[in-house]
Formats: sequence, structure tokens, C-alpha cells
Amino acid sequence: MRTKRSHAMRGLAVLAAAGVLATACASERDDSSGEELNETKPFVFAAPGDARSLDAFYATDGETFRVTRQIYNTLLKHEAGGSEIVGDLAKSWEQNDEGTVWTFELEQDVTFHDGEKFNAEAVCANYDRWFNLTGDFQDSNVSYYWQKIFGGFAENESDDLPPANYKSCTAEEEFKAVIEVEKYSANLPGGFSMAAFGIMSPKVIEAQAAAEVTGEPGAFEFPEYSQDPAAVAGTGPYRAVGWDKASQEIKLERFDEFWGEAAGIKTLIIKTISDENARKQALEAGDIHGYDLVAPADVTPLKDAGFQVPERGVFNVLYLAYQQEGNEALEDLEVRQALSHAVDRQRIVDTILPDGSEVATQFMPDTLTGWSPDVTEYEYDTQKAKDMLADAGYADLEIDFCYPTEVTRPYMPAPRDIFDIIKADLEAAGVTINEEALPWGDYIPKTDAGGCSLYLLGWTGDFNEAYNFLGTWFGHYDSGWGFRNDDIFDGLDAVANEPDPAKRETMYQELNVEIMDFLPGLPISHSPPSIAFSADVNPPTVSPLTQEDFSEATWK
Amino acid sequence: MLRFVVRRLLQLVPTLLGLSVLLFLWVHALPGGPEYSLLGEDATSEQREQLRQSLGLNDPIWMQYGRFMGQLLQLNFGVSLSTGQPVMTEFLNRFPATAELAITAMIIATAVGIPLGYFAARYRGRLLDTGAVAGSLIGICIPVFFLGFILKVVFAEHLGILPSAFRQTAGLDATHPTGFFVLDGLLTGELDAAWDAFLHLILPGITLASIPLAIITRMTRASVLEVLGEDYVRTAESKGLQQRVVRGRHILRNAMLPVVTAMGLLTGSLFAGAVLTESVFAYQGMGSFVYQATQTRDYPVLMGFIMLIALIYVLVNLLVDISYSLFDPRVRVR
Repeated sequence: MRTKRSHAMRGLAVLAAAGVLATACASERDDSSGEELNETKPFVFAAPGDARSLDAFYATDGETFRVTRQIYNTLLKHEAGGSEIVGDLAKSWEQNDEGTVWTFELEQDVTFHDGEKFNAEAVCANYDRWFNLTGDFQDSNVSYYWQKIFGGFAENESDDLPPANYKSCTAEEEFKAVIEVEKYSANLPGGFSMAAFGIMSPKVIEAQAAAEVTGEPGAFEFPEYSQDPAAVAGTGPYRAVGWDKASQEIKLERFDEFWGEAAGIKTLIIKTISDENARKQALEAGDIHGYDLVAPADVTPLKDAGFQVPERGVFNVLYLAYQQEGNEALEDLEVRQALSHAVDRQRIVDTILPDGSEVATQFMPDTLTGWSPDVTEYEYDTQKAKDMLADAGYADLEIDFCYPTEVTRPYMPAPRDIFDIIKADLEAAGVTINEEALPWGDYIPKTDAGGCSLYLLGWTGDFNEAYNFLGTWFGHYDSGWGFRNDDIFDGLDAVANEPDPAKRETMYQELNVEIMDFLPGLPISHSPPSIAFSADVNPPTVSPLTQEDFSEATWK
Repeated sequence: MLRFVVRRLLQLVPTLLGLSVLLFLWVHALPGGPEYSLLGEDATSEQREQLRQSLGLNDPIWMQYGRFMGQLLQLNFGVSLSTGQPVMTEFLNRFPATAELAITAMIIATAVGIPLGYFAARYRGRLLDTGAVAGSLIGICIPVFFLGFILKVVFAEHLGILPSAFRQTAGLDATHPTGFFVLDGLLTGELDAAWDAFLHLILPGITLASIPLAIITRMTRASVLEVLGEDYVRTAESKGLQQRVVRGRHILRNAMLPVVTAMGLLTGSLFAGAVLTESVFAYQGMGSFVYQATQTRDYPVLMGFIMLIALIYVLVNLLVDISYSLFDPRVRVR
């Protein structure tokens, strides 16, 4: 017996020693000043998903852009913390009356991470490279944003491609670049600010001229260099130094010759934690120092525990769609109006959405030019809803209503809770609801094909232009909405081709009024997606477009 | 022995072939399709159709299967739709992580479970036994995510002595020749990194070990109880053999056969458990990757990973069969 006990005791002793050691390691306190810490302590930020490429051009997702935004600059960008378009590599810019010639005065004294000098030729090398892409690069999975903003290529290899709207880029002077397009598009100048069009060193472009996408069409592998931190070079405050795919960790380091204000913290690490709760616990445990997409229910507990949860501005919309083809009753405007009166949107904003959220009166936030104060508003009034339904002959309306499960979106943090409120409201107005819960992967196809009469969805803007919201849904027939309204379709077509910003503003305002009278769906809310930071960091200015510039961060 | 192994290896061919058919049908019976996760919310139905076309998703299912098997025979598992990287690269990136975690869990489960089961049986009906039986019942019942959550709250947040996420501290510069982080640290002499990786294994390891630990404890206990009643044990004890010899040669060796079988079968549950454990601890392994792949309908990843995991599963069980002969030489003859 004695031997047994001594074995057990020895085991316990080893464990205890390990515990003490672990504690000792964990409790080493940093007494250093913020400035010292900036040089020694990495800032670790957890993102909900992996980046896909270090060449922003191939990407379409926010996680890639979060990383590449630190490495590259674009011609234009959005102001810190706001949605106004301001200069980035371009000090200033102007357009001709037709909106077809864009002249950019460029920043001087800008150096790429590989030592190359930045000038107008570098800008044109990038734009011309994109325009002249061939083969598999013309697949919409590889050059999605190019096609969305600038149309096709110098030589379209497929009839399915849109015609090219990009015409040319000329280095008129060393620091003056002129970009011409065929005709004005409402996607400009916003498009010049898209992270996908980050300016890369001409030396990299030259070195990678022969790079190819490989793999099957539709399931492409991006070119090798786009996965290699050593192969890319931008002009941003950070340069990529490591990408450990096994650890889902991208390491960025301050670029000492950055042309603007140098990054505060020397080492920035962006790691993936896909689980929302795991992100929160990692912050609480001190394993990370910030994370994106905080669940609204976690905001107050995090604040109470001393964490920083700065409020972002709003740049999105959540709506309840009325699919008219799928349900005859919804073709009746009075029914759509009645349902809109039945929903208590203020309650959703007050009880579910994060602080700073507001009820939406139209399909775009008021920070965008073209928002109208004169749209018809549908106040919450259950009795009125009942009366209108009875009047329309649908007193005993029965309708299917879909919502997504296992997902949170920046504009829709708790789909089930939002659904529950709307369902209860509609039932109070005498509507019978057949609910259908679908995982996100099934939800989008079904709602998209018009398979749900009522459903919840939303949109976060790419850049500050109303067309990026309205045009997304109402520019043409869409099976998700199931209506044909030529007045709205034509109106959006006209505004998309109107180069005069003042005229566009009026046209958007009129369209918003028209859309809210036609009522294809009920805009519910604009809500800021939450981001959290530990107490010991001065966080970067948070952005309504989720375009944080991490070089602003410093240790306290 | 060699013939036994070769015959068993040949038996794998129809098993894996059958599995590939079932898997293929299952994956393609999932509603929705990858085009939705690939193109985002605002793509038009024409764009989606075009993508389906280019992915060959509109071809007859047998044609798609033929193409899949053709690639498989060249060891080509295709490219992940969501990361754009070859499935094999993704697998090799993530396999060491999960293997390291699973091995840790298995070490915890056997190192604790076998002695615990043995002593529970030896001191049947006493406090240790009751405790072990009750504890193992809890181990089986407690949901993995809940246990992980509790462990994190206690050890990572309140006590602050163990990390709550990742395989090593973010930003730690360490070289990884094998991808097994603890081993890497020992091989390269970066002992800090090895220790750091070891600390990161403790909480997820315990979480993942909970179910196998409970099963091994119960199996060992039951098996030892049975052996204890055998005549040869009584004979061995009565002829005055040392406790150590009776325990090792007569009791444990005979009691191990069902336990080892269970351990082989448990590798399957370890990989399944890893899916949740890895998500809870933001541990970058195969489990969390497969979980994401089901969300995005990443067909190549689902097919490739599950085939590879199945291959590992049958190979482990082959090893288990071979190990029988170590415990019971009679098995070898047949």
C-alpha cells in the first residue's frame, strides 16, 4: 500500500508544481509604460473568419479586407469613424461634368514596403493590370469587385461578362493620375475606395505577371504569391510578415517608412475565432485584446467588467421582405401596409439590438446622401392593422414566415428573437403565422428563389452611395421580392447614370418616397455591429463601414 | 502475421469504396449549395447558375461521382471552395493539431481511466468505487461544450492560470517542422514554445477526454471484476505471488482485451468530439474546419476530410486488432 500511495503523492506533487509554474507564467505583470509596450507587446485581434488572400483584388469578403486594409492604401477611403469619402493615396480628386474622367492628385513621398517609389505610374500599373487580366482571372470568383464596379476587361473572353466600363489610366504627371471610364456610373467615386483596389508595388506586379489561378473553374486556388507575406508589398502602415495557416494567424509589423503617421503598436496579429462565445471568453481571459461582432447580449456584461465596447456608426439596414409572387395577399398594397402597421419596430430596437440602433424609415441609413425625410412612415398600430386587413378581405390571413438559424449578421444579431417579436405582433393583428426555421446555407437560396412569403434579411453598405443599397434590391426584377415596378426600375437606372451629385440626391430622395409608398418590404432597423477591446488599449476609431485602421491603436 | 495484415488491408478497399458512395450521396443530398456561400447575399440567380455550371453541379450525380473517384485515385481531393486552398494542404495543416489534441485526450483517458477502473473494481462498493461510477456517468452525460465552458470560466478567466484559446500564445515566434507543437518545441529546443503549447492542450484535452475517460473507466472496472472472479486469479493469489505480478500478468492483461477494443472504437468519437471541443477553445484543428465546411456546403472539404478521417479510423482499428495478439496470442492464429 505504501508504494501505491507514494506514487499517487508523487503524481500530485508534479501536477501541483505544474500548476504553480503555470500560475507564475500567467501572473507576470507588465509594469512597462505604454510606449515600451507598443514595441514589445503584440496586439491580438480576433476575427470571426479567415482571410483568403494577401492580394486584396481577388477577395470579396470583409475578413480579407480587414487585413489588406492595414497593408495597402487605395486612391480614396472613408473618413475615420464616418462614411464620407476622403482622399487616401490621392490628396484630392476631381471629375469632369460627365463623370467619365477622374483626375487624382497623388500624395508624394510615399514608399512601398519593398522600397519602390509610389507615383502615378504605379497607380496605372495596378489599374491596367486589373483591366488586362485574362483567362481564369476573368471568372467572377476571382475578379468580383472589378466586374461590379468597372465591368469587363480589355478583352472579354466570355459573352457572359459585362462590357468594360473602364477605359484607361494615364500618368499625366509624376503625381497626377487620370482614370477614364466609358460612361458615368453611380459606383464612382465610391468604387475607388474599395479595399479590393489596394495599390500594390509595381515590382510585385512585374514579378507576378505570370502568376496564375489554378484549380477547377468555380473552385479556384488563388495565385501562390497571394498567400505569401514575403511576396506582397503595399504602402500601408503595416507590412505582412507571417501567415500561419495552421494557427489561423496573420502577423503584421509596423512599416517604419510609412508616409502617414506611424503605427502605434509594432506588432499586430489577426487571429480567427469563429465561435462568438469563444471570442468573448478569449478576451475575458486575456488571450486576445479585441474582437469583432459582439453579441448584443454580451455588450453590457463586457462593459460592466471593464472592457471597452465603442459604438460604431450605423451603415446597414435590416428589413422584413414581402415576397409578392409567393403569396397572393401580399400583392395587395393594403395588406402590405397593414402588416407594416402591425410590427412594433421600436420594441425590437429597444430590447434586442445594441445601443445606437434606430428604427429604419427607408431602405438606407440617414448618413447616406439621398435619404429622404418625407417618406411615408408606418407607425405601430395593431387596431389599424386589423381594420386594414379586414378591409382588404384578409381578416384571417395565413402566411409563411422564414428566419435563419445558427447565424448572426452585422445587421441582424439575434434572428430568432427578432422573429419572435414580429411573429407575436402579426398574430396580435389576427394573422396566422406558419414559421419556418432554416440554417443560413439553406435560408439564402430559399428566400432568394422566392420560397418564403415573409423573411428577414439585410445589407451592409460597401461605400457611401445610395445606389449601393437601393440598386442592390430594386434595380431590376428580383425573385426574392417578386414584383415588377417599372417606375422604380427605370428611376434607379436613370440615377445610376446621372453624374451630377446634386441631381442624384434629389432622384434618390424621390425614389425613397416612391419605394416606401410601394412598400416592397418593411425596413426595420439600422444597428451598429459591435466591436470590443480590452481595457489596456487605446482602440482605433471604430468605423460604421467596419473599416478600422489598426495603426491608430496604442497600449495605455 | 504479415498475411493477416495484408488481408485486413485488402478488406479496407470495399469498405472505403462503399463509404465513398454513401458519403457522396449524403453530401449532395444536403439542401442548398456552395454557390450561396461563395457568391454572398447579393449575387443574381444567373451568376449562381453560372457557378453551378462551372462547378459541374448540374451534371448527373453518377458523372460527378465518377469525376470524384477519378481524382481520388490520383490522391487529388480538390480545392476548398471557401479558402481556395487544396483540400490536402488544408488537411495536412490541421491534422497535426487534432491528432495532438486526440492523443492528449487519449493519454488522459487511459492514464486516469485504467487505474481508476482497476481500483474501483478491487475496492468494489467502497467510496472510491461509488465515486468512480458516479463520476464516469457524469463524464458521459455532460455536454462537451458545457464542460469546456466551465473549465474556461474557472481556469482561464477566474484563476487565470491556463489559456482559453488557440494552440499557442498568439504572436509567439516558434518554428513548426512537424505541426505537433509540443513535439516541435522539444525538437527545435524552443522549450518555452513547447511548454506554452502544452499549457494550451490541458483544458481542451480534459474536455475531449471526458467521454473516453468515462467509458474506459467503466469498461476496465467491469472487465477487471469479471477477471477477478476467475479461478486462475484466485490460484495466483493463493500460491502467494506478488501483488504486482498478479495485477499485471493475471488481472490487467486479461482484462485489457475489451478495453483496447473500446479504445480503438473511441478514436471515432474523439474526432467527433474534436468538432465541438475545437470550436469551444478556438483550437485550430480539423474539427472546427469541418464544422465550418458543413455550414458553407464546402463539398470538397467535407468529402476529403471525412474520407481521410475514415481511413485513419479503420487503420487505428486495424492496429487494435493487431495489438490483440499482444494480449492474447490465440487471436493471431486465426
